[in-house]
Amino acid sequence: MDIFLQQIINGVVQGSIYALVALGYTMVYGIMGLINFAHGEVVMIGTLVTITVAGLLAAAGLPPILAGLGGLIAAVLCCMALGWGLERVAYRPLRNAPRLTPLITAIGMSIVLQNVAMIAWGRNYLTFPAFLPKANFEVAGAHFTAIQLFIVIVAAATMAGLMLLIYRTKLGMAMRATAQNPAVASLMGVNIDRVIAAAFVIGSALGAVAGVMVGTYYEIAHYQMGFMLGLKAFTAAVLGGIGNLAGAMAGGVLLGIIEALGAGYIGSLTGDFLGSHYQDIFAFVVLIVVLMFKPSGLFGEKTGDRA
Amino acid sequence: MAETLLAATAVAKHFGGVKALRDVSLTIRSGEVYGLIGPNGAGKTTFFNCLTGLYVPDGGGFEFAGAPLVADAPQQAAARGIARTFQNIRLFGNMTALENVMVGRHVRTRAGVIGAMLQTAATRAEEAAIRQKAIDLLHYVRIEDRADDLARNLSYGDQRRLEIARALATEPKLLCLDEPAAGMNATETEALRDLIDGIRRDGTTVLLIEHDVKLVMGLCDRVAVLDYGALVIEDVPAVVQKDPRVIEAYLGA
Repeated sequence: MDIFLQQIINGVVQGSIYALVALGYTMVYGIMGLINFAHGEVVMIGTLVTITVAGLLAAAGLPPILAGLGGLIAAVLCCMALGWGLERVAYRPLRNAPRLTPLITAIGMSIVLQNVAMIAWGRNYLTFPAFLPKANFEVAGAHFTAIQLFIVIVAAATMAGLMLLIYRTKLGMAMRATAQNPAVASLMGVNIDRVIAAAFVIGSALGAVAGVMVGTYYEIAHYQMGFMLGLKAFTAAVLGGIGNLAGAMAGGVLLGIIEALGAGYIGSLTGDFLGSHYQDIFAFVVLIVVLMFKPSGLFGEKTGDRA
Repeated sequence: MAETLLAATAVAKHFGGVKALRDVSLTIRSGEVYGLIGPNGAGKTTFFNCLTGLYVPDGGGFEFAGAPLVADAPQQAAARGIARTFQNIRLFGNMTALENVMVGRHVRTRAGVIGAMLQTAATRAEEAAIRQKAIDLLHYVRIEDRADDLARNLSYGDQRRLEIARALATEPKLLCLDEPAAGMNATETEALRDLIDGIRRDGTTVLLIEHDVKLVMGLCDRVAVLDYGALVIEDVPAVVQKDPRVIEAYLGA
Protein backbone atom coordinates (compact mmCIF):
# COMPACT_ATOMS: atom_id res chain seq x y z
CA MET A 1 0.00 0.00 0.00
CA ASP A 2 2.90 2.35 0.74
CA ILE A 3 4.10 2.13 -2.80
CA PHE A 4 0.61 2.95 -4.06
CA LEU A 5 0.39 6.17 -2.00
CA GLN A 6 3.98 7.00 -2.84
CA GLN A 7 3.33 6.68 -6.56
CA ILE A 8 0.17 8.75 -6.29
CA ILE A 9 2.22 11.56 -4.71
CA ASN A 10 4.90 11.27 -7.39
CA GLY A 11 2.22 11.22 -10.05
CA VAL A 12 0.49 14.34 -8.79
CA VAL A 13 3.80 16.21 -8.78
CA GLN A 14 4.75 15.12 -12.28
CA GLY A 15 1.14 15.66 -13.38
CA SER A 16 1.11 19.26 -12.12
CA ILE A 17 4.00 19.97 -14.46
CA TYR A 18 2.22 18.26 -17.38
CA ALA A 19 -0.90 20.25 -16.59
CA LEU A 20 0.91 23.61 -16.75
CA VAL A 21 2.45 22.73 -20.10
CA ALA A 22 -0.80 21.23 -21.40
CA LEU A 23 -2.57 24.53 -20.71
CA GLY A 24 -0.27 26.23 -23.21
CA TYR A 25 -1.26 23.73 -25.91
CA THR A 26 -4.93 23.86 -25.13
CA MET A 27 -5.25 27.67 -24.97
CA VAL A 28 -3.72 28.15 -28.38
CA TYR A 29 -5.74 25.27 -29.82
CA GLY A 30 -8.97 26.57 -28.30
CA ILE A 31 -8.58 29.99 -29.86
CA MET A 32 -7.10 29.26 -33.26
CA GLY A 33 -7.24 25.49 -33.77
CA LEU A 34 -3.45 25.21 -34.01
CA ILE A 35 -1.29 22.63 -32.23
CA ASN A 36 1.81 24.60 -31.33
CA PHE A 37 4.38 21.82 -31.37
CA ALA A 38 7.10 24.32 -30.48
CA HIS A 39 5.57 24.76 -27.02
CA GLY A 40 7.78 22.04 -25.46
CA GLU A 41 10.81 23.96 -26.69
CA VAL A 42 9.51 27.14 -25.05
CA VAL A 43 9.50 25.20 -21.76
CA MET A 44 13.05 24.01 -22.42
CA ILE A 45 14.23 27.59 -23.08
CA GLY A 46 12.60 28.58 -19.78
CA THR A 47 14.63 25.97 -17.91
CA LEU A 48 17.91 26.91 -19.58
CA VAL A 49 17.39 30.65 -19.08
CA THR A 50 16.77 29.97 -15.39
CA ILE A 51 20.07 28.08 -15.10
CA THR A 52 21.99 30.95 -16.69
CA VAL A 53 20.32 33.82 -14.85
CA ALA A 54 20.17 32.07 -11.48
CA GLY A 55 23.83 31.09 -11.92
CA LEU A 56 24.80 34.70 -12.55
CA LEU A 57 22.78 35.94 -9.59
CA ALA A 58 24.24 33.28 -7.30
CA ALA A 59 27.74 34.19 -8.47
CA ALA A 60 26.93 37.81 -7.61
CA GLY A 61 26.37 36.66 -4.04
CA LEU A 62 22.59 36.35 -3.77
CA PRO A 63 21.20 33.61 -1.52
CA PRO A 64 19.98 30.56 -3.51
CA ILE A 65 16.29 31.20 -3.00
CA LEU A 66 16.51 34.77 -4.35
CA ALA A 67 18.74 33.68 -7.22
CA GLY A 68 16.14 31.04 -8.08
CA LEU A 69 13.36 33.57 -7.92
CA GLY A 70 15.32 35.90 -10.18
CA GLY A 71 15.85 33.01 -12.60
CA LEU A 72 12.13 32.22 -12.58
CA ILE A 73 11.17 35.83 -13.35
CA ALA A 74 13.74 36.02 -16.14
CA ALA A 75 12.48 32.73 -17.59
CA VAL A 76 8.85 33.90 -17.53
CA LEU A 77 9.73 37.19 -19.26
CA CYS A 78 11.93 35.47 -21.86
CA CYS A 79 9.32 32.86 -22.66
CA MET A 80 6.55 35.46 -22.91
CA ALA A 81 8.66 37.35 -25.44
CA LEU A 82 9.45 34.08 -27.22
CA GLY A 83 5.77 33.09 -27.39
CA TRP A 84 4.85 36.51 -28.72
CA GLY A 85 7.65 36.36 -31.28
CA LEU A 86 6.70 32.85 -32.43
CA GLU A 87 3.13 33.91 -33.08
CA ARG A 88 4.23 37.07 -34.83
CA VAL A 89 6.92 35.56 -37.02
CA ALA A 90 5.80 31.98 -37.63
CA TYR A 91 2.03 31.75 -37.26
CA ARG A 92 0.42 35.13 -37.98
CA PRO A 93 1.50 35.19 -41.64
CA LEU A 94 -0.18 31.77 -42.00
CA ARG A 95 -3.45 32.72 -40.31
CA ASN A 96 -5.48 32.05 -43.45
CA ALA A 97 -3.34 29.22 -44.81
CA PRO A 98 -4.57 25.59 -44.88
CA ARG A 99 -4.42 23.96 -41.44
CA LEU A 100 -1.50 21.72 -42.32
CA THR A 101 0.80 24.66 -43.11
CA PRO A 102 1.04 26.14 -39.59
CA LEU A 103 1.33 22.63 -38.18
CA ILE A 104 4.43 21.93 -40.28
CA THR A 105 5.72 25.37 -39.34
CA ALA A 106 5.26 24.49 -35.67
CA ILE A 107 7.41 21.39 -36.09
CA GLY A 108 9.95 23.52 -37.94
CA MET A 109 10.03 26.10 -35.15
CA SER A 110 10.53 23.31 -32.65
CA ILE A 111 13.64 22.14 -34.54
CA VAL A 112 14.92 25.70 -34.88
CA LEU A 113 14.54 26.39 -31.16
CA GLN A 114 16.29 23.12 -30.23
CA ASN A 115 19.23 24.02 -32.42
CA VAL A 116 19.42 27.58 -31.15
CA ALA A 117 19.45 26.21 -27.62
CA MET A 118 22.13 23.70 -28.55
CA ILE A 119 24.32 26.48 -29.93
CA ALA A 120 23.71 28.77 -26.97
CA TRP A 121 23.92 26.25 -24.12
CA GLY A 122 25.88 23.38 -25.67
CA ARG A 123 25.11 19.68 -26.15
CA ASN A 124 25.86 18.55 -22.64
CA TYR A 125 23.52 17.97 -19.76
CA LEU A 126 23.47 21.00 -17.49
CA THR A 127 23.05 20.89 -13.74
CA PHE A 128 20.10 22.82 -12.45
CA PRO A 129 21.12 24.63 -9.25
CA ALA A 130 19.31 23.65 -6.05
CA PHE A 131 17.28 26.55 -4.68
CA LEU A 132 15.18 24.82 -2.09
CA PRO A 133 16.14 23.06 1.15
CA LYS A 134 16.19 19.27 0.87
CA ALA A 135 13.61 18.75 3.58
CA ASN A 136 11.69 15.48 3.75
CA PHE A 137 8.19 14.86 5.05
CA GLU A 138 6.41 11.63 5.78
CA VAL A 139 2.68 10.93 5.71
CA ALA A 140 1.27 7.43 6.25
CA GLY A 141 4.46 5.78 5.17
CA ALA A 142 4.85 7.83 1.98
CA HIS A 143 7.61 10.39 1.59
CA PHE A 144 7.60 13.71 -0.15
CA THR A 145 10.11 16.53 -0.37
CA ALA A 146 9.87 20.29 -0.01
CA ILE A 147 10.50 20.51 -3.74
CA GLN A 148 7.50 18.32 -4.52
CA LEU A 149 5.34 20.38 -2.20
CA PHE A 150 6.61 23.57 -3.85
CA ILE A 151 5.76 22.24 -7.32
CA VAL A 152 2.20 21.28 -6.44
CA ILE A 153 1.49 24.54 -4.58
CA VAL A 154 2.93 26.79 -7.29
CA ALA A 155 1.14 24.84 -10.02
CA ALA A 156 -2.17 25.07 -8.19
CA ALA A 157 -1.73 28.81 -7.56
CA THR A 158 -0.74 29.45 -11.18
CA MET A 159 -3.73 27.55 -12.50
CA ALA A 160 -6.08 29.34 -10.11
CA GLY A 161 -4.67 32.63 -11.38
CA LEU A 162 -5.27 31.54 -14.96
CA MET A 163 -8.87 30.60 -14.22
CA LEU A 164 -9.44 34.03 -12.64
CA LEU A 165 -7.93 35.67 -15.70
CA ILE A 166 -10.08 33.67 -18.11
CA TYR A 167 -13.37 33.84 -16.19
CA ARG A 168 -13.16 37.16 -14.38
CA THR A 169 -11.42 39.65 -16.64
CA LYS A 170 -12.22 41.46 -19.83
CA LEU A 171 -9.26 39.84 -21.60
CA GLY A 172 -10.46 36.38 -20.54
CA MET A 173 -13.93 37.19 -21.80
CA ALA A 174 -12.49 38.31 -25.13
CA MET A 175 -10.55 35.05 -25.33
CA ARG A 176 -13.62 32.93 -24.65
CA ALA A 177 -15.67 34.95 -27.13
CA THR A 178 -12.99 34.58 -29.80
CA ALA A 179 -12.79 30.82 -29.19
CA GLN A 180 -16.54 30.54 -29.81
CA ASN A 181 -16.83 32.81 -32.81
CA PRO A 182 -13.93 34.97 -34.00
CA ALA A 183 -15.98 36.81 -36.66
CA VAL A 184 -18.67 37.95 -34.23
CA ALA A 185 -16.11 38.77 -31.55
CA SER A 186 -14.33 41.08 -33.97
CA LEU A 187 -17.64 42.80 -34.78
CA MET A 188 -17.91 43.57 -31.06
CA GLY A 189 -14.56 45.31 -31.27
CA VAL A 190 -12.45 42.45 -29.92
CA ASN A 191 -8.97 42.68 -31.43
CA ILE A 192 -8.44 39.11 -32.62
CA ASP A 193 -4.72 39.61 -33.25
CA ARG A 194 -4.24 40.75 -29.70
CA VAL A 195 -6.29 37.90 -28.23
CA ILE A 196 -4.25 35.31 -30.14
CA ALA A 197 -0.99 36.97 -29.09
CA ALA A 198 -2.23 36.95 -25.49
CA ALA A 199 -2.95 33.20 -25.69
CA PHE A 200 0.63 32.59 -26.82
CA VAL A 201 2.13 34.93 -24.22
CA ILE A 202 0.14 33.53 -21.31
CA GLY A 203 0.69 29.92 -22.40
CA SER A 204 4.43 30.56 -22.67
CA ALA A 205 4.53 32.14 -19.21
CA LEU A 206 2.91 28.99 -17.79
CA GLY A 207 5.42 26.95 -19.77
CA ALA A 208 8.31 28.89 -18.22
CA VAL A 209 6.99 28.18 -14.73
CA ALA A 210 6.74 24.49 -15.66
CA GLY A 211 10.29 24.62 -17.03
CA VAL A 212 11.62 25.87 -13.70
CA MET A 213 9.72 23.09 -11.94
CA VAL A 214 11.19 20.42 -14.19
CA GLY A 215 14.67 21.78 -13.54
CA THR A 216 14.11 21.95 -9.80
CA TYR A 217 12.67 18.43 -9.71
CA TYR A 218 15.21 16.57 -11.84
CA GLU A 219 18.14 18.96 -11.22
CA ILE A 220 19.21 18.49 -14.81
CA ALA A 221 18.47 20.16 -18.14
CA HIS A 222 19.26 19.58 -21.78
CA TYR A 223 18.40 21.21 -25.10
CA GLN A 224 16.28 18.20 -26.12
CA MET A 225 14.29 17.97 -22.89
CA GLY A 226 11.33 19.89 -24.37
CA PHE A 227 10.51 17.23 -26.93
CA MET A 228 9.31 14.40 -24.71
CA LEU A 229 7.83 16.81 -22.16
CA GLY A 230 5.91 18.54 -24.95
CA LEU A 231 4.58 15.24 -26.30
CA LYS A 232 3.45 14.14 -22.84
CA ALA A 233 1.75 17.45 -22.17
CA PHE A 234 0.08 17.31 -25.57
CA THR A 235 -1.16 13.83 -24.65
CA ALA A 236 -2.50 15.26 -21.39
CA ALA A 237 -4.32 18.00 -23.30
CA VAL A 238 -5.88 15.44 -25.66
CA LEU A 239 -6.77 13.22 -22.72
CA GLY A 240 -8.67 16.06 -21.06
CA GLY A 241 -10.25 17.26 -24.31
CA ILE A 242 -8.08 19.66 -26.25
CA GLY A 243 -9.31 23.24 -26.14
CA ASN A 244 -10.77 22.75 -22.67
CA LEU A 245 -8.86 24.44 -19.81
CA ALA A 246 -10.18 22.34 -16.94
CA GLY A 247 -9.64 19.28 -19.12
CA ALA A 248 -5.96 20.12 -19.62
CA MET A 249 -5.44 20.43 -15.88
CA ALA A 250 -7.28 17.21 -15.06
CA GLY A 251 -5.65 15.43 -18.01
CA GLY A 252 -2.18 16.49 -16.83
CA VAL A 253 -2.64 15.27 -13.29
CA LEU A 254 -4.32 12.08 -14.47
CA LEU A 255 -1.54 11.32 -16.92
CA GLY A 256 1.06 11.92 -14.19
CA ILE A 257 -0.71 9.46 -11.89
CA ILE A 258 -1.14 6.84 -14.64
CA GLU A 259 2.54 7.08 -15.48
CA ALA A 260 3.67 6.89 -11.86
CA LEU A 261 1.47 3.90 -11.07
CA GLY A 262 2.56 2.25 -14.30
CA ALA A 263 6.22 2.77 -13.45
CA GLY A 264 5.64 1.51 -9.92
CA TYR A 265 3.90 -1.68 -10.87
CA ILE A 266 5.23 -2.57 -14.31
CA GLY A 267 8.01 -4.69 -12.79
CA SER A 268 5.75 -6.90 -10.69
CA LEU A 269 3.13 -7.08 -13.46
CA THR A 270 5.56 -8.40 -16.06
CA GLY A 271 7.63 -10.53 -13.68
CA ASP A 272 10.50 -8.01 -13.88
CA PHE A 273 10.65 -8.42 -17.66
CA LEU A 274 10.03 -4.64 -18.07
CA GLY A 275 11.47 -2.08 -15.65
CA SER A 276 10.30 1.37 -14.57
CA HIS A 277 12.33 2.99 -17.35
CA TYR A 278 9.52 1.86 -19.63
CA GLN A 279 7.22 4.39 -17.97
CA ASP A 280 7.07 6.50 -21.13
CA ILE A 281 4.98 3.90 -22.91
CA PHE A 282 2.03 4.57 -20.61
CA ALA A 283 1.51 8.11 -21.86
CA PHE A 284 1.31 6.93 -25.43
CA VAL A 285 -0.86 3.92 -24.66
CA VAL A 286 -3.21 6.41 -23.02
CA LEU A 287 -3.08 8.66 -26.09
CA ILE A 288 -3.91 5.76 -28.42
CA VAL A 289 -6.75 4.50 -26.24
CA VAL A 290 -8.28 8.00 -25.93
CA LEU A 291 -8.03 8.59 -29.65
CA MET A 292 -9.68 5.23 -30.32
CA PHE A 293 -12.57 5.41 -27.88
CA LYS A 294 -13.14 9.06 -27.02
CA PRO A 295 -11.34 11.31 -29.51
CA SER A 296 -12.93 14.43 -28.03
CA GLY A 297 -11.21 13.66 -24.71
CA LEU A 298 -12.62 13.01 -21.25
CA PHE A 299 -14.07 16.51 -20.79
CA GLY A 300 -14.31 17.65 -24.37
CA GLU A 301 -17.55 18.35 -26.16
CA LYS A 302 -17.83 18.93 -29.84
CA THR A 303 -18.72 22.56 -29.24
CA GLY A 304 -17.17 22.97 -25.83
CA ASP A 305 -16.29 26.13 -23.95
CA ARG A 306 -12.94 26.65 -25.55
CA ALA A 307 -10.62 29.37 -24.41
CA MET B 1 -34.03 67.64 -43.13
CA ALA B 2 -31.88 65.48 -40.87
CA GLU B 3 -28.24 65.02 -41.79
CA THR B 4 -26.99 61.96 -43.66
CA LEU B 5 -25.47 59.28 -41.43
CA LEU B 6 -24.68 56.62 -44.02
CA ALA B 7 -24.36 57.00 -47.76
CA ALA B 8 -23.86 53.88 -49.87
CA THR B 9 -22.58 54.66 -53.36
CA ALA B 10 -22.91 52.07 -56.15
CA VAL B 11 -22.05 49.15 -53.84
CA ALA B 12 -21.51 45.98 -55.88
CA LYS B 13 -20.71 42.42 -54.80
CA HIS B 14 -20.34 39.31 -56.96
CA PHE B 15 -20.03 35.69 -55.93
CA GLY B 16 -18.63 33.98 -59.00
CA GLY B 17 -21.18 34.76 -61.69
CA VAL B 18 -23.91 35.73 -59.23
CA LYS B 19 -24.38 39.46 -58.88
CA ALA B 20 -25.56 39.67 -55.29
CA LEU B 21 -25.50 43.48 -55.25
CA ARG B 22 -25.72 45.64 -58.37
CA ASP B 23 -24.61 49.22 -57.76
CA VAL B 24 -26.81 49.83 -54.74
CA SER B 25 -26.89 53.47 -53.65
CA LEU B 26 -28.93 54.59 -50.68
CA THR B 27 -28.88 57.17 -47.92
CA ILE B 28 -29.72 56.72 -44.26
CA ARG B 29 -30.42 59.86 -42.20
CA SER B 30 -29.56 60.35 -38.56
CA GLY B 31 -32.33 59.38 -36.16
CA GLU B 32 -34.54 57.39 -38.50
CA VAL B 33 -35.55 53.77 -38.66
CA TYR B 34 -34.67 52.72 -42.18
CA GLY B 35 -36.20 49.53 -43.54
CA LEU B 36 -34.47 47.33 -46.10
CA ILE B 37 -36.84 44.78 -47.59
CA GLY B 38 -36.94 42.44 -50.55
CA PRO B 39 -37.66 38.83 -51.46
CA ASN B 40 -35.33 36.04 -50.31
CA GLY B 41 -31.97 36.25 -52.04
CA ALA B 42 -32.44 39.91 -52.97
CA GLY B 43 -29.09 40.81 -51.39
CA LYS B 44 -30.18 42.33 -48.07
CA THR B 45 -27.82 40.34 -45.87
CA THR B 46 -25.00 40.72 -48.40
CA PHE B 47 -25.49 44.49 -48.09
CA PHE B 48 -25.20 44.17 -44.28
CA ASN B 49 -22.07 42.09 -44.55
CA CYS B 50 -20.42 44.65 -46.83
CA LEU B 51 -21.42 47.45 -44.49
CA THR B 52 -20.07 45.76 -41.36
CA GLY B 53 -16.79 44.76 -42.99
CA LEU B 54 -17.38 41.01 -43.21
CA TYR B 55 -17.29 41.21 -47.02
CA VAL B 56 -15.21 43.47 -49.22
CA PRO B 57 -17.43 45.08 -51.89
CA ASP B 58 -16.31 44.58 -55.50
CA GLY B 59 -17.33 48.11 -56.35
CA GLY B 60 -18.54 51.31 -54.72
CA GLY B 61 -18.25 52.10 -51.05
CA PHE B 62 -19.74 53.61 -47.93
CA GLU B 63 -19.43 56.99 -46.32
CA PHE B 64 -20.33 56.93 -42.64
CA ALA B 65 -20.68 60.02 -40.42
CA GLY B 66 -18.73 62.10 -42.90
CA ALA B 67 -15.79 59.78 -43.61
CA PRO B 68 -15.32 56.71 -45.84
CA LEU B 69 -15.50 53.23 -44.30
CA VAL B 70 -12.51 50.97 -44.83
CA ALA B 71 -13.57 47.65 -46.32
CA ASP B 72 -12.69 44.33 -44.64
CA ALA B 73 -12.27 45.68 -41.11
CA PRO B 74 -15.10 44.51 -38.84
CA GLN B 75 -13.35 45.87 -35.80
CA GLN B 76 -13.07 49.29 -37.37
CA ALA B 77 -16.72 49.31 -38.37
CA ALA B 78 -17.52 48.65 -34.72
CA ALA B 79 -15.20 51.41 -33.56
CA ARG B 80 -16.78 53.87 -35.99
CA GLY B 81 -20.21 53.10 -34.58
CA ILE B 82 -21.84 50.38 -36.65
CA ALA B 83 -23.26 47.40 -34.75
CA ARG B 84 -25.35 44.51 -35.98
CA THR B 85 -27.35 41.46 -35.06
CA PHE B 86 -27.60 38.32 -37.15
CA GLN B 87 -30.40 36.64 -39.06
CA ASN B 88 -29.32 33.34 -37.55
CA ILE B 89 -28.56 34.23 -33.94
CA ARG B 90 -24.84 34.25 -33.22
CA LEU B 91 -24.43 34.65 -29.51
CA PHE B 92 -21.51 33.30 -27.51
CA GLY B 93 -23.63 30.33 -26.37
CA ASN B 94 -21.36 29.11 -23.60
CA MET B 95 -21.08 32.51 -21.94
CA THR B 96 -23.73 34.07 -19.71
CA ALA B 97 -26.12 36.70 -21.02
CA LEU B 98 -24.29 39.33 -18.99
CA GLU B 99 -20.90 38.27 -20.35
CA ASN B 100 -22.20 38.45 -23.92
CA VAL B 101 -23.11 42.09 -23.40
CA MET B 102 -19.83 42.77 -21.62
CA VAL B 103 -17.91 41.55 -24.68
CA GLY B 104 -19.76 44.23 -26.63
CA ARG B 105 -18.17 46.91 -24.43
CA HIS B 106 -14.74 45.97 -25.77
CA VAL B 107 -14.69 48.49 -28.51
CA ARG B 108 -15.33 51.38 -26.10
CA THR B 109 -12.78 50.44 -23.44
CA ARG B 110 -9.03 50.67 -23.17
CA ALA B 111 -7.32 48.35 -20.71
CA GLY B 112 -5.09 45.80 -22.44
CA VAL B 113 -3.24 42.57 -21.83
CA ILE B 114 -0.72 43.95 -19.35
CA GLY B 115 -3.42 45.60 -17.26
CA ALA B 116 -5.41 42.37 -17.18
CA MET B 117 -2.43 40.36 -15.96
CA LEU B 118 -1.37 42.85 -13.33
CA GLN B 119 -4.94 43.76 -12.31
CA THR B 120 -4.18 47.44 -11.92
CA ALA B 121 -6.68 49.72 -10.17
CA ALA B 122 -7.60 51.29 -13.51
CA THR B 123 -8.33 47.89 -15.03
CA ARG B 124 -10.49 46.84 -12.12
CA ALA B 125 -12.43 50.11 -12.18
CA GLU B 126 -12.99 49.74 -15.90
CA GLU B 127 -14.19 46.16 -15.52
CA ALA B 128 -16.65 47.26 -12.85
CA ALA B 129 -17.96 49.98 -15.19
CA ILE B 130 -18.32 47.45 -18.01
CA ARG B 131 -20.34 45.17 -15.76
CA GLN B 132 -22.64 47.99 -14.65
CA LYS B 133 -23.25 49.16 -18.21
CA ALA B 134 -24.01 45.60 -19.27
CA ILE B 135 -26.53 45.20 -16.45
CA ASP B 136 -28.18 48.47 -17.51
CA LEU B 137 -28.48 47.20 -21.07
CA LEU B 138 -30.05 43.92 -19.95
CA HIS B 139 -32.62 46.04 -18.10
CA TYR B 140 -33.13 48.12 -21.23
CA VAL B 141 -34.08 45.05 -23.30
CA ARG B 142 -35.92 43.61 -20.26
CA ILE B 143 -34.02 40.36 -19.78
CA GLU B 144 -32.18 41.38 -16.59
CA ASP B 145 -33.51 38.34 -14.74
CA ARG B 146 -31.66 36.05 -17.17
CA ALA B 147 -28.28 37.77 -16.65
CA ASP B 148 -26.46 34.76 -15.20
CA ASP B 149 -27.94 32.13 -17.53
CA LEU B 150 -25.89 30.77 -20.39
CA ALA B 151 -26.94 32.46 -23.62
CA ARG B 152 -27.78 29.13 -25.26
CA ASN B 153 -30.36 28.40 -22.54
CA LEU B 154 -32.37 31.58 -23.19
CA SER B 155 -35.65 31.42 -25.06
CA TYR B 156 -35.57 32.35 -28.72
CA GLY B 157 -37.14 35.77 -28.20
CA ASP B 158 -34.78 36.51 -25.31
CA GLN B 159 -31.80 35.51 -27.44
CA ARG B 160 -32.89 38.06 -30.05
CA ARG B 161 -33.14 40.70 -27.33
CA LEU B 162 -29.74 39.71 -25.98
CA GLU B 163 -28.20 40.16 -29.42
CA ILE B 164 -29.67 43.66 -29.55
CA ALA B 165 -28.30 44.43 -26.07
CA ARG B 166 -24.88 43.17 -27.12
CA ALA B 167 -24.96 45.34 -30.23
CA LEU B 168 -26.08 48.37 -28.19
CA ALA B 169 -23.15 47.81 -25.83
CA THR B 170 -20.82 49.03 -28.58
CA GLU B 171 -22.65 52.40 -28.40
CA PRO B 172 -23.46 52.41 -32.12
CA LYS B 173 -24.55 55.40 -34.14
CA LEU B 174 -26.15 52.93 -36.52
CA LEU B 175 -27.76 49.73 -35.26
CA CYS B 176 -28.30 47.14 -38.02
CA LEU B 177 -30.91 44.49 -37.25
CA ASP B 178 -31.00 41.48 -39.58
CA GLU B 179 -34.54 40.04 -39.47
CA PRO B 180 -35.03 40.53 -35.74
CA ALA B 181 -38.67 39.39 -35.88
CA ALA B 182 -37.93 36.12 -37.70
CA GLY B 183 -39.60 33.27 -35.87
CA MET B 184 -41.35 35.52 -33.34
CA ASN B 185 -45.02 35.26 -32.51
CA ALA B 186 -47.37 38.28 -32.65
CA THR B 187 -46.86 39.27 -29.02
CA GLU B 188 -43.08 39.05 -29.26
CA THR B 189 -43.12 41.05 -32.49
CA GLU B 190 -45.20 43.76 -30.83
CA ALA B 191 -42.71 43.94 -27.94
CA LEU B 192 -39.83 44.10 -30.43
CA ARG B 193 -41.56 46.97 -32.20
CA ASP B 194 -41.73 48.91 -28.94
CA LEU B 195 -38.07 48.17 -28.27
CA ILE B 196 -36.94 49.45 -31.68
CA ASP B 197 -39.20 52.47 -31.31
CA GLY B 198 -37.54 53.18 -27.95
CA ILE B 199 -34.06 52.81 -29.44
CA ARG B 200 -34.94 55.40 -32.09
CA ARG B 201 -36.36 57.73 -29.41
CA ASP B 202 -33.11 57.39 -27.48
CA GLY B 203 -31.23 58.69 -30.51
CA THR B 204 -29.79 55.63 -32.26
CA THR B 205 -30.37 55.29 -35.99
CA VAL B 206 -31.68 51.85 -36.95
CA LEU B 207 -31.27 49.94 -40.21
CA LEU B 208 -33.83 47.15 -40.26
CA ILE B 209 -33.90 44.16 -42.58
CA GLU B 210 -37.22 42.46 -42.18
CA HIS B 211 -39.62 40.09 -43.88
CA ASP B 212 -42.59 41.15 -41.77
CA VAL B 213 -43.94 43.84 -44.08
CA LYS B 214 -46.50 45.00 -41.52
CA LEU B 215 -43.75 45.62 -38.97
CA VAL B 216 -41.60 47.47 -41.48
CA MET B 217 -44.36 49.68 -42.84
CA GLY B 218 -45.65 50.53 -39.37
CA LEU B 219 -42.28 51.29 -37.85
CA CYS B 220 -39.92 52.65 -40.49
CA ASP B 221 -39.51 56.29 -41.47
CA ARG B 222 -38.25 55.30 -44.88
CA VAL B 223 -37.98 52.01 -46.76
CA ALA B 224 -35.74 50.70 -49.52
CA VAL B 225 -36.63 47.67 -51.63
CA LEU B 226 -34.01 45.37 -53.13
CA ASP B 227 -34.74 42.83 -55.85
CA TYR B 228 -32.13 40.65 -57.58
CA GLY B 229 -29.41 42.74 -55.95
CA ALA B 230 -30.65 46.06 -57.34
CA LEU B 231 -32.40 48.93 -55.60
CA VAL B 232 -36.02 49.19 -56.75
CA ILE B 233 -37.17 52.19 -54.76
CA GLU B 234 -36.26 54.21 -51.65
CA ASP B 235 -39.05 56.28 -50.12
CA VAL B 236 -41.52 56.67 -47.25
CA PRO B 237 -43.62 53.53 -46.54
CA ALA B 238 -46.85 54.97 -47.95
CA VAL B 239 -45.24 55.51 -51.38
CA VAL B 240 -43.29 52.22 -51.37
CA GLN B 241 -46.42 50.22 -50.58
CA LYS B 242 -48.23 51.52 -53.65
CA ASP B 243 -45.35 51.19 -56.10
CA PRO B 244 -46.17 48.66 -58.84
CA ARG B 245 -42.53 47.49 -59.11
CA VAL B 246 -42.54 46.52 -55.42
CA ILE B 247 -45.77 44.61 -55.80
CA GLU B 248 -44.27 42.86 -58.82
CA ALA B 249 -41.06 41.99 -56.96
CA TYR B 250 -42.99 40.42 -54.11
CA LEU B 251 -45.78 38.73 -56.03
CA GLY B 252 -43.90 37.88 -59.25
CA ALA B 253 -44.67 39.20 -62.69
